[in-house]
Amino acid sequence: MADAPLLEVNDLSLDYGRGKSLFRALDHVSLEIHRGECLGLVGESGSGKSTLGKAILGLAQSVGGEIVFDGREIQRLPPPMRRRLAKDLQVIFQDPYGSLSPAMTIGRILAEPLRVGGMRYEQAKTAVGEMLERVSLPREWIDRYPSEFSGGQRQRIAIARALIRQPRLIVCDEPVSALDVTTQSTIIDLLIELQRETGVAYLFISHDLAVVRRICHRVAVLFKGQIVEQGGGEKMTTNPDHPYSKRLLMASPVADPTEQARRREAWLQVRTGQA
Amino acid sequence: MLKFTVKRLVSAVALMVFVATGTFFMAHKAIPDPVANLFGKVSFTAEQYEAKKAQLGLDQPILTQFWNWFRHLLTGDFGTTWVGAPTPIIKDLAVRLPVTLSIVILGLAVMAVLGAILGVLAGIRPGSWGDRMISASSVVFFAVPGFLVSIALLWVLAVKLGWFPVSGYIKPERDLLGWLRSITLPAVSLALGGVVMIAVQLRNAIVTANSSDYVRTLRARGLPPRAVALHLLRSAAPAAITIIALMFVSLLSGAVILESMFNMPGIGSATKDASQTGNIPMILALTVVSVLFVVIVNFLLDLVLGWINPKARIK
Amino acid sequence: MSETVALATAEVLPAVQPAEARPQNRSVAFRFLTQPGGWIPLLLVLAILVLAFGAPLWGLQDPMHIDPRVADQAPSADHWLGTDSTGRDLWSRLVWGGQDAFRGAAIVLVVALILGVPTGLIAGYHGGLADGLLGWVSDVLMSLPSIIILLIVAGLTHQNADVLMAAMGVFMAPGYFRLTRSSTIAVRAEPYIDAARVAGISHTRIVFVHIWRVIAAPIVIQTAMTIGVALGMQAGLQILGVGDSQAPSWGGMMSSAMGSLRTNAWLIVPPAAMLGLVIAAFAIMGARLGEITGNRSEKAKHLTRAEKAELAGAAAARAAEATQPNQDLMVAVKGLKVTYATAKARVEVVHGVDLAVRKGEVLGLVGESGSGKSQSIFALLGLLAGNGYAEAEAIWVDGQNVLTLPAAKRRALLGRTIGYVPQEPISNLDPMYTIGHQLVEPMRKVLGMGKAEARAYALELLARVGIEDPARVMGLHPHEVSGGMAQRVLIAGAVAGHPKVIVADEPTTALDVTVQAEVLELLRELQREQGMALVIVTHNFGVVADIADTVTVMKDGLVVESGAVGSIFAHAADPYTRELIEASSKTPSRAALDEGGVGAGAPAKGGV
Repeated sequence: MADAPLLEVNDLSLDYGRGKSLFRALDHVSLEIHRGECLGLVGESGSGKSTLGKAILGLAQSVGGEIVFDGREIQRLPPPMRRRLAKDLQVIFQDPYGSLSPAMTIGRILAEPLRVGGMRYEQAKTAVGEMLERVSLPREWIDRYPSEFSGGQRQRIAIARALIRQPRLIVCDEPVSALDVTTQSTIIDLLIELQRETGVAYLFISHDLAVVRRICHRVAVLFKGQIVEQGGGEKMTTNPDHPYSKRLLMASPVADPTEQARRREAWLQVRTGQA
Repeated sequence: MLKFTVKRLVSAVALMVFVATGTFFMAHKAIPDPVANLFGKVSFTAEQYEAKKAQLGLDQPILTQFWNWFRHLLTGDFGTTWVGAPTPIIKDLAVRLPVTLSIVILGLAVMAVLGAILGVLAGIRPGSWGDRMISASSVVFFAVPGFLVSIALLWVLAVKLGWFPVSGYIKPERDLLGWLRSITLPAVSLALGGVVMIAVQLRNAIVTANSSDYVRTLRARGLPPRAVALHLLRSAAPAAITIIALMFVSLLSGAVILESMFNMPGIGSATKDASQTGNIPMILALTVVSVLFVVIVNFLLDLVLGWINPKARIK
Repeated sequence: MSETVALATAEVLPAVQPAEARPQNRSVAFRFLTQPGGWIPLLLVLAILVLAFGAPLWGLQDPMHIDPRVADQAPSADHWLGTDSTGRDLWSRLVWGGQDAFRGAAIVLVVALILGVPTGLIAGYHGGLADGLLGWVSDVLMSLPSIIILLIVAGLTHQNADVLMAAMGVFMAPGYFRLTRSSTIAVRAEPYIDAARVAGISHTRIVFVHIWRVIAAPIVIQTAMTIGVALGMQAGLQILGVGDSQAPSWGGMMSSAMGSLRTNAWLIVPPAAMLGLVIAAFAIMGARLGEITGNRSEKAKHLTRAEKAELAGAAAARAAEATQPNQDLMVAVKGLKVTYATAKARVEVVHGVDLAVRKGEVLGLVGESGSGKSQSIFALLGLLAGNGYAEAEAIWVDGQNVLTLPAAKRRALLGRTIGYVPQEPISNLDPMYTIGHQLVEPMRKVLGMGKAEARAYALELLARVGIEDPARVMGLHPHEVSGGMAQRVLIAGAVAGHPKVIVADEPTTALDVTVQAEVLELLRELQREQGMALVIVTHNFGVVADIADTVTVMKDGLVVESGAVGSIFAHAADPYTRELIEASSKTPSRAALDEGGVGAGAPAKGGV
C-alpha cells in the first residue's frame, strides 16, 4: 500500500450556476498526490484551480468523478465522518487577513482544531505554544489578536493551524500571492522545511509557474477547467510542451535584463503563434 | 431597462394582492361576529341581527364575501361604510387622504431638499464645522421622534410667537396660504429627523466616492472639478434615494401621529374610529390605500435607482 | 471611510504594537464604561429604571388620584412638577409612567429579537429558498405603514397594550432580520469560516462561535436604536388616544397636555423632556458602542481648507527657491515628503525622496507595500487623498516647478502633460457610466474636442490598444468587461492627450499572468511610438528588467538605491535591492534543492 497515492482525483467535473448561466468549472480532471509530495496546480483566474481545492476540501460539490483519499472515496461521506477527515486534510488560504477570525486570539484559533478532537483549551495550549515556535513565532504571543500581525506573520499562523493536528495533506490555495515578494520566499522555505520534517503532502495552488518552481516536485497546468499538461517541476518551469504552459511561463518576467529580453522574444513568438 | 421595469411592476402588484388578501382575512378573523360588534352595547333582536347581516352581505360564505370585495376593489370601489349613514368609502377617503398626504409630501420635499443641500455641502468639505455639526447632531436626530420636535416647534412658533396655527387643517381650495401655514409645522417637524439622516448618508457616500479609485483617475485625466462633482453626485445619489424610499413609510406613520396632535381630519383618526367600531370595509380601505401609496413610491424610486445605477438593474 | 488612509497608516505602523497601545485587549464593556458617552447615558437609564420600577417604594402620591381642588397647579413642594387639569400629581404620573414605557419596550424587543435574529441567521447562513421567502416577508413588513396596522390592532384587541407592543415587535423584526442576515452573509464569505469547516467544526459551532462573535455587536447597537424607536412609537400611539387614558403613561400625559396646550402649556414639558432624554440616552449609547466595536468608526481626519492652504503656502515658499534642473529631465522630484493626518496624529509615510526621469526614458520605481512608492507618485500627480499632503523642495514637470503653480494651472498638466495608468482596472472606471462616456468626456472637456470628433478618436484609440469591436465596447459598463480589457481602456484614456510622461502605478499587478505580459507589451509599444517618458511603479524586478532604463528602489518611505538598470542588476549596492532582485529571479527547482540537500534556510525569527 505504500506506493498507492495519498490522494487520487479521477475524472472530476464540477459546474457552477444552473440553467442558462451554467458554467463548467472543472472538466474531467484527474491527478494524484503521493505522501510527502508537493504537487503544483497552476492556472489563471477562471481556470478552476481554486475550485478543485474546494472540491477536495468538501467546500464544493462535484457533478461527476471521484476523489479518493487514502484509498477511500470522500465526496459523499456523512457529515460526522467528513468532519473526522479534518485531522488528515487541511487548508491554507490566500488571504492572510480574512482567513483568521478577527474576534479570537491566535491561541484560540490554533486550539480550535484540537478542541474538535475533544481537547480542552488549557490542554491544547501547550501544543499551540509548540506549534507557534515551529513557525518561528514567539510562544508568548498566544493571547494576541490577528489584527496585531503583519501579512507574513498571519500566514505563519495559518500554517500553524493547518499543521497542528499533523495532517497528511494540506491544500495551499495561493498561500503567498498576497504577500510581499521578499516575504514570499521565507514562507515558501518554511513550507519546504515543515514538509521535510513532517512528511505532509501539499497541493500547492498558484497562478505563477515561477513561484511553484521552488516548492513543487510536480506541476499540473489547468486551463479552462482542464489539465493541459502535467510533469516534473524542473521541466514544467523551464521547458513545458503545451503552448499554453509555454505562454504562461514566458509571460512572467524574470529579473535579468538579457534573459528577460530573450524571454520576451520567445513570448512574442508564442503569442503570434496563438493568435 | 424595460425588463427591469416590468419585473418591478409585477412584484409591486403581487405585493398589493398579498396585502389585500391578508388584511381581509385577518380583519374577519379578528372580528368573528362583526354584526354583534356593530350593535355594540345597543340591544337588538334576532330579526334586526339577521337583517343587518344580510344587508352587509355577511350571510354569504367568507370566500364569496372576499371575492365580492376584491372584485370591486379592482375597479377602485372600496364599498360602503358600515357605521353611520351608508356612504361610499371613497368619498370619505377623498376628504381625508389629502390631509395626510399633504403633510407627508411637504415633509418629504423638505426632507429631500434640505437633506440633499446639507449632505452635499458636508460631503464636499469633510471636516468643516458644518460637517462636524451634522455628524454630531445626527445621533440624537435619528432617534428622537418627530412629534417631540413638533412639540418644541409648536411651543415656540405657534403658542409663543403665533406664527402658525396651533391646530386645525385648512383646505387648499379655500385658502392656499392658510393651507400651507396649517401643514407647515407638522410637515417640518416630521422632516427634520430625515433631513439629518439623508444629509449624513449623502455626505458619507460623497466622501467614499471622493476617495475612490475612479474619481482619482478622472482627476488624473484633467477633468475640471465641476465635472468631477457630477460623477460624485451620481455615485452618491442611490444612497440618498434608498433612504428616501425607506423614510416614506415612517413619514406616513409620523404624519398619522402629527395630524392627530394638530387635530386634523386625516386617515389616522379614521383608522382609530374604524378599528374601534369594527368598520371592516373602512379598515380594509385604509390599509390598502396606504400600502398602495408606499408601493407606488417604492416602485418609482426603484425605477430612478435603476436609471442612475446600471448595476442595480441586474439584480 | 477612506481606505487609502487606513492602508497608508497601517503600512507605516509596526504590525505588533506594544501592549499599552493595544486597545483590542481591553474588553468592549471596559472601554464603554470608561467613556463619558458610555457611562453617563447608562447611569441615567439605570437611574430612571430604578425610579420607575421602585415607584411603590418612594411614597409617591397616587398617580390616578383626581382632585379638582388642586387642578393646574404650578410646581411646588407638595407637587414637585405641579398637577394636571384634573389635579393629578405630575411627578408621580411621570415616575409610574416609566413602568409602562419600559415594559412596552421590553415586549417589543423580545418579539423583534426572537423573530428577527434566528431567521436572519438561517437566511444568511443557508441562503436559497429560505432566504428568498424570509426576505420577501421582511420586505412586505417594511413596506406596511406600521402605525395604521397598529391602530387597527389596538382597536380590534380593545386596547390590549401587551398585544399592541408585541405587534410593534413584529414590525421591528425586519430591522434585526436584515442586519443579522447581511452580517451573516458577510462573515460566511470570509475564508476563516471555510477554514473552520475544513478544520471539522460543525455548523452549529460555526454559527454560535464564529458568526455570533461578529454579529453580536451590531445586534446590541441595533437594540439601542430599537428601544428608542419603540418608546417613540408607543408614546405616539398613546398620543393618538390608544390605551387607558387614566393609567399613567408618558404618551398619555402628552395626549392630555395637548388638549390644554393653550391654557397650561407646562403640562407637556415633563413627559416630552423625559421621553426625549431616555431616547437620546439610548441613541448615544448605541453610537458609542458602534464606535468602540468599529462598526461606525471615523479614522481619517480631513484637513480643512485653512490647514491645506497653510501647508501649501509653506511648501510653495520653499519651492520658489529651487533652481531649474537639467533640461533633459521630464520629471524631477526633490526632497518629497508625504504626510497623512489621522484623528490622533500626523504620520509621515515618505521621508524625503528624489526621483528623476529623462525625456523618453523609462523609470522603474520599485518597492514593497509600505515603501511609499504609490504615495510618491500621487504626490507627483497632486492627487493625494483628502487627509494627505505633500511637501518637497521641488517637483519639476516638463521644466515647470509645479509647486509654484496655482492649483488650476497644476491641474491643467493632468491629462495633457502627465497621463496616469492605475493598478486595479475595474475600480478605476466609474461604474455608473459607459466606457465610451468615460473616454469621450475628458476628450471634450479637457482636450476641447467636438462630440463626433471625440467619438471617432475614442474608437481609434480603443482599436490601437488592441480592443476588438471598439464600437460595442464603447456601450458597455465597467462591470461587463474583463480586467485586461478595462486596463486597455484606462491606458487608452491615459494616452489620449498625447502626454509627455505616463505614470503607471503597478499597471499589471491585478491582472492574470498572460494578460500582464500583453499590457506590459502595449505600454512599451506606446512609449516608443509616442516618445513618452514612463514612470512605472512595481514590486517586481522582472518588470524592471523588461521595460526600464533606470531604476529607483524604495523602502519605508526612503530611496534605498537608484541608477541605470544595467549597473543595478550587475552590482546592486544595497542588500535589500539584491533581495528584491533575488525574489524575482529564477530559483533552484525543488528537485535541485532536495538533491543538493540545500536547506531551505531557517527563516528569520518572526521577522516577516
